[in-house]
Amino acid sequence: MPRVELSPKDIAIKKPYLDWGLTEYEYDRFRTKLGRLPNYTEIGLASGMWSEHCAYKYSKPVLKQFWTKNERVLMGPGEGAGVIDIGSGKAVVFKAESHNHPSAVEPYEGAATGVGGIIRDIFSIGAEPVALLDSLAFGELDEAHTQHLLDQIVAGIGGYGNAIGIPTIGGETNFDPTYARNPLVNAMCIGVMDKDAIQRGRAAGVGNAIIYVGAKTGRDGINGASFASAEFSDAEQADRAAVQVGDPFMEKLLTDACLEVTRDHQEALVGMQDMGAAGLISSSVEMADKADAGMTINLDLIPQRESGMIPFEIMLSESQERMLLCVAAGHEQEIIDVFQKYDLDAVVCGQVTAGHRYQLTFKNETVCDVPVSLLTSDAPVYHQKGQRPARLDQPATDFAPEITDLHDTWLRLLGQPTIASKKSIYRRYDAQVKTNTVVTPGSDAGVIRVRGTKSALAATTDSNGRYLYLDPERGGALIVAEAARNLVASGTEPIGITDCLNYGDPTKPEIFYELEESAHGITAACKALNTPVISGNVSLYNETNGIAIYPTPMIGMVGLTEDLHSITTLDFKRPGDLVYLLGRTGADFNGTELQKLLTGGIAGRLFDFDLDEEVTVQKLALNAIRRGFVTAAHDLSVGGFAAALSEMALAGQLGADLQWDVPASYAFAESAGRFLMTVPAAKQAEFEALLGSRARLLGKVTAADQLHIQMQDADVQLTMAELTQAYEEGIPCRMK
Amino acid sequence: MKAAVLSFPGSNCDQDLLWALSDIAGIPADLVPASATDLSGYDLVCVPGGFSYGDYLRSGAIANFAPVMAALKKHAANGGLVLGICNGFQILCEAGLLPGALQFNESLNFICESEPLTVVNTNTAFSGDYQPDETIHLPIAHGEGNYYADPETLAAIEAKQQVVFRYAANPNGSLNDIAGLTNAAGNVLGMMPHPERAVETLLGGRDGLAMFTALKKQMEGAAYATRRA
Repeated sequence: MPRVELSPKDIAIKKPYLDWGLTEYEYDRFRTKLGRLPNYTEIGLASGMWSEHCAYKYSKPVLKQFWTKNERVLMGPGEGAGVIDIGSGKAVVFKAESHNHPSAVEPYEGAATGVGGIIRDIFSIGAEPVALLDSLAFGELDEAHTQHLLDQIVAGIGGYGNAIGIPTIGGETNFDPTYARNPLVNAMCIGVMDKDAIQRGRAAGVGNAIIYVGAKTGRDGINGASFASAEFSDAEQADRAAVQVGDPFMEKLLTDACLEVTRDHQEALVGMQDMGAAGLISSSVEMADKADAGMTINLDLIPQRESGMIPFEIMLSESQERMLLCVAAGHEQEIIDVFQKYDLDAVVCGQVTAGHRYQLTFKNETVCDVPVSLLTSDAPVYHQKGQRPARLDQPATDFAPEITDLHDTWLRLLGQPTIASKKSIYRRYDAQVKTNTVVTPGSDAGVIRVRGTKSALAATTDSNGRYLYLDPERGGALIVAEAARNLVASGTEPIGITDCLNYGDPTKPEIFYELEESAHGITAACKALNTPVISGNVSLYNETNGIAIYPTPMIGMVGLTEDLHSITTLDFKRPGDLVYLLGRTGADFNGTELQKLLTGGIAGRLFDFDLDEEVTVQKLALNAIRRGFVTAAHDLSVGGFAAALSEMALAGQLGADLQWDVPASYAFAESAGRFLMTVPAAKQAEFEALLGSRARLLGKVTAADQLHIQMQDADVQLTMAELTQAYEEGIPCRMK
Repeated sequence: MKAAVLSFPGSNCDQDLLWALSDIAGIPADLVPASATDLSGYDLVCVPGGFSYGDYLRSGAIANFAPVMAALKKHAANGGLVLGICNGFQILCEAGLLPGALQFNESLNFICESEPLTVVNTNTAFSGDYQPDETIHLPIAHGEGNYYADPETLAAIEAKQQVVFRYAANPNGSLNDIAGLTNAAGNVLGMMPHPERAVETLLGGRDGLAMFTALKKQMEGAAYATRRA
């Protein structure tokens, strides 16, 4: 049904903006600041720009807490992506973004366009996108709906990343009933560039041209930013029209063309920004805002693939594979020629103007004339007051598992979808295109070399909503620590993070409390680990029928090594290598995979976590790796010792003979700050001198076809065949 | 001695192949756009992996109509060496330079894996540096790599020993485990696995390098023969 433009007066009476996510207060605020009744286009633009997705109106006070700067950071949050100096004149650019709402409704396209969007953020900075990661969360895998979502979301991520030719080098996939109706799809992209070529999304210089490039604008994804800022319910049909459709071929051309412009036409290019959430309006008005300029755009000039589109639709369409450039006057044709070489549309559609007005014309009429700031800095910011959820004050008694059959529990845990091999997922992603991938998916982190240097970058994505549900602050810190542990185990030094903050409705005080407290935890860990937050996004309103997901911040972290020899993988390398456990193990069972397995859910007070000790252990672990003492390393996290040891044995197809004088249940404790490492006998003395009491010798890697572990109250033997069956079949056997 | 790496819009392994040829194997190589109409001066023309023109219709179907294809066919007809990898293999089949076709994988899913292959024919310009029946590991990364040919064609392929690589553990349903084969004349090879991704120890193995060293020797030998003549 065609959209009918109501008159300003009718808007005031019929209030269509309520359906677009604006409140009465917000409409009044906009009208008052404008000094007249806004027309249909203007209030439409406000609904996009004042959505949580664009304005961060609820999360801004929380995001301000984040620690965003250290000596390495070249550009922090606020642009398409953050940038960190990695030496040798190079910089790494990275960001993660959520596409939860679209993926819930249209899993293939939702996931695919999530990947497409994050890639554009990276090359908008002038960086070549070199790697992708993802973080996925689903409901229980025995539900047909989950199986469908998993299959299609994985297909969508692969369909886009494989075709555009950027390797997917890592990721995570978690399962818990909390995500049954609100799956999480977070995509992360990493780019590499010369550090002196950073582009910013600015529209500066009166008279300079605004050039629209890439795909034509259609009616897909209209007002997607508002859609992403609303909840689902059984009563209302999800809005499929709000989901975009991706074209990786188009994006490949767009990437190459934009990189050619940034590389060869620096004198002509003033600024560049992706048309992501809230499409043309957000990219254009943000570019004007950042340059403290005004802008005028003639909508008749915007390439359109459907007829009869009205300004509201053109401006709020989230059609994919589009970029907006600001080009120095006189250089327009030079830039247009580059895009035409790639068969891409490129048209001058507007100009930078003096003053601070944002003006749109359509069929020779002005259809929008508002101050730039009204759509940007004048968006409301709400200072919510959080309220501690009652569950945190009345935790269940500590879970004290008794393991009567260690063999059986071990294999059942290993087969849980969250723990089990994700090979059936990641084998659908091209992990090696661009021939930089040193460590492919399935290890602690994906690792790529940086061409033209002797350096490599490692990257990981981590989340654990269960920990945060039991303790948002401590859980937030734990996730950051775990991400760093993954990078250290890979032999790299963590240098920074990006995040996707996936939460419920922030207007609920309990949800806001979760958001605020977890930000405290994340910040504390970021400072302790020297990993500033350089970019990120927020996905709120992950609720169905009023029930929110567990608070689930996703941490995407990048590590650096300037010595390729220090890159370490988790597989056992040689029989005879000594097996060490680093860090302290306690009776830490609340919130664990074991608790979920044995009791069907999680409860209790989240186990304690000593951030200083974590940092110390990580530093020692990295030092041991750098000094060449370590042949294999793996962090201990979900599933604890049992999961980590099994993975090392399976990856190396070697067994181990170990003695660990603790209760059998400790094999599944998820105490933080721990690693398993193997050390050649020749390095034993040096390794032990370095680690001191923090490393406990458990035994040796063996050529035997089994793991043998003698514990205080159990003696277990697990054959490689049993382990393989449990680990490899955990997901495929549930998908059938 | 000179190689061309064709680049279609949507090719995404062109740079990798260029790197393997020039920086690793020491074969001078140029990137040649699909709009080119002349390939004279090149001893070897490589058709790289990727998703040419998005591969929205059928893998390689649109690339077959690119301007460069006439020159490629001429190069092949004159006995010039042609190497098609992944999407390049699909394109060569579409162009009729190789028999058969590549269908969707049996699983209908994209597969990225390191696959064991058996080198079943070392008497080609591409495989002379491998040992007969040697097992090598090369990465595959494709959604449509399931080789098909009708029974007569398949019989002819086998009779003329055109198969060069067979999968040791068929991942995609290819008939006769075919991973790579030549034309009857032996100067055109198509393969789904990616030798250019297996030329550096850092990246997990060098089992692909022997193909490029063999090609280099072949071209050096040919150049020497030309000079002598």
